[in-house]
Amino acid sequence: MIRIKCPYCGLRDHSEFNYIGDATKLRPVNPEVANDDEWFDYIYVRDNPRGVHQEYWQHITGCRSYVKVLRNTVTHEVLKTGLPSDDLLFSYEAEK
Amino acid sequence: MSKYSVLSLIKNAFNDNRNWERAWRDPEPKKNYDVIIIGAGGHGLASAFYLAKNHGIKNIAVLEKGYLGGGNTGRNTTIVRSNYMLDENALFYEKSLKLWEQLSHELNFNVMFSQRGVLNLANSDSQMDAITRRGNTMRLNGIDAELLDRRQVEKMIPYLDFSDTARFQIKGGLLQRRGGTARHDAVAWGFARGADQLGVDIIQNCEVTGFKTKGNNIEIVETSRGPIGCGKVGFAVAGSTGHLASKLGMKLPIESHVLQAFVSEPLKPIIDHVVTFGAGHFYISQSDKGGLVFGGDIDMYNSYAQKGNLPLIEDVVTAGLAMIPGLSRLRIVRHWGGIMDMSMDGSPIIGKSPIDNLYLNCGWCYGGFKATPGSGWVFAHTIANDAPHELNAGLNFDRFRVGRSVDENGGGPVPNRH
Repeated sequence: MIRIKCPYCGLRDHSEFNYIGDATKLRPVNPEVANDDEWFDYIYVRDNPRGVHQEYWQHITGCRSYVKVLRNTVTHEVLKTGLPSDDLLFSYEAEK
Repeated sequence: MSKYSVLSLIKNAFNDNRNWERAWRDPEPKKNYDVIIIGAGGHGLASAFYLAKNHGIKNIAVLEKGYLGGGNTGRNTTIVRSNYMLDENALFYEKSLKLWEQLSHELNFNVMFSQRGVLNLANSDSQMDAITRRGNTMRLNGIDAELLDRRQVEKMIPYLDFSDTARFQIKGGLLQRRGGTARHDAVAWGFARGADQLGVDIIQNCEVTGFKTKGNNIEIVETSRGPIGCGKVGFAVAGSTGHLASKLGMKLPIESHVLQAFVSEPLKPIIDHVVTFGAGHFYISQSDKGGLVFGGDIDMYNSYAQKGNLPLIEDVVTAGLAMIPGLSRLRIVRHWGGIMDMSMDGSPIIGKSPIDNLYLNCGWCYGGFKATPGSGWVFAHTIANDAPHELNAGLNFDRFRVGRSVDENGGGPVPNRH
């Protein structure tokens, strides 16, 4: 079980959450003028890192808010969580 | 290298089986290869085999970071079928199924392909409509499909929940009799032996650590066993595709997810076919050793760990019990996780990449195993001719950008709903 700290409800099992996905993708700022490459990048392309991944989970059986999570995709370790608006910067070196 | 036959079997039996030759060599990597395939799973080995056999290319290496067939080839539920609806998928998987039917013969290696039939259950009227449409489309494409009603399904597999109180009533099913299962390891071993006999170097314990490029070409593949020069490079690394592509600064319409599968304690024969649930995601068959082999959904979060979590196991088992209540006292003896390369439309990517001499074979989602021979066959064609075969032309990398995604389930541009 992955344990995720919801900023509103505290530490909960990941089975209370719905996985939304990559939190780094931003919708083109000017959709009217965005070209195919920009849409392709936003809709389809993913960094898919082997290591630290920034992602959204939704606390569907709790407060229903989105939670931003930094998680290691190799170990499933949750490194940091916060509000969707938070900048979750993380480096293994700095944490040591 | 000797041919396996009844005669060789008898001869070696009399020698206490001590004189069997190695099935493939263990060569040192050469300085240079015309084609380097990365990943010695079923797809990579099949690609090398057909490159050598169909296209006469001799100087080929298959690089493997671990041991041959130790990734998803050894981590699946061994199901083979071609019950697809969209032409891009249907014709490709049907080619693959036809190759399966001849594979043991072609490789002189028993891959234990068993055409026991694949039955997709329908648990609602709308699902009946959907599988009727799917079956009709399949038949128009020359693929076998039979629509069964509830009574016919009950006659064929009475162990399902046909009671009036069943939460999900069985309305019928779509049967593909030519579908079935194969022995997963034997497929890798058979292709490895076949490719090796044609001169392909299979180099295990050789992890690719980087690439040296010149212009828009890969010149050298850096590995844990030294740099190797290359003419062309093919990726056949399933869940590790994104990781490998990142070494070239390339991003793909793929996410890596973990998919778990399970084997129960061995039973006497009970499940004679491959059966899939309509009301939930669950598929089951019985291995020759008697264990029930089954699986369900991916864990649903990005993962490169070859292990999953318990909540998903509970989900899979719940779906299984709703379908076959008799499983309730069965014990699971093994379970494992494999890393799926989940593409954004649920269909694979086999074709050219943005780099001139790099070819991609990825995005297999839940279903790479059944594609093994077909994938190798079209991938070899694509690499040899620097152009796709008509069977994989629609499964190209560029389809996403130009809005021609091959979305079999109508799930939308997401990696986890196909």
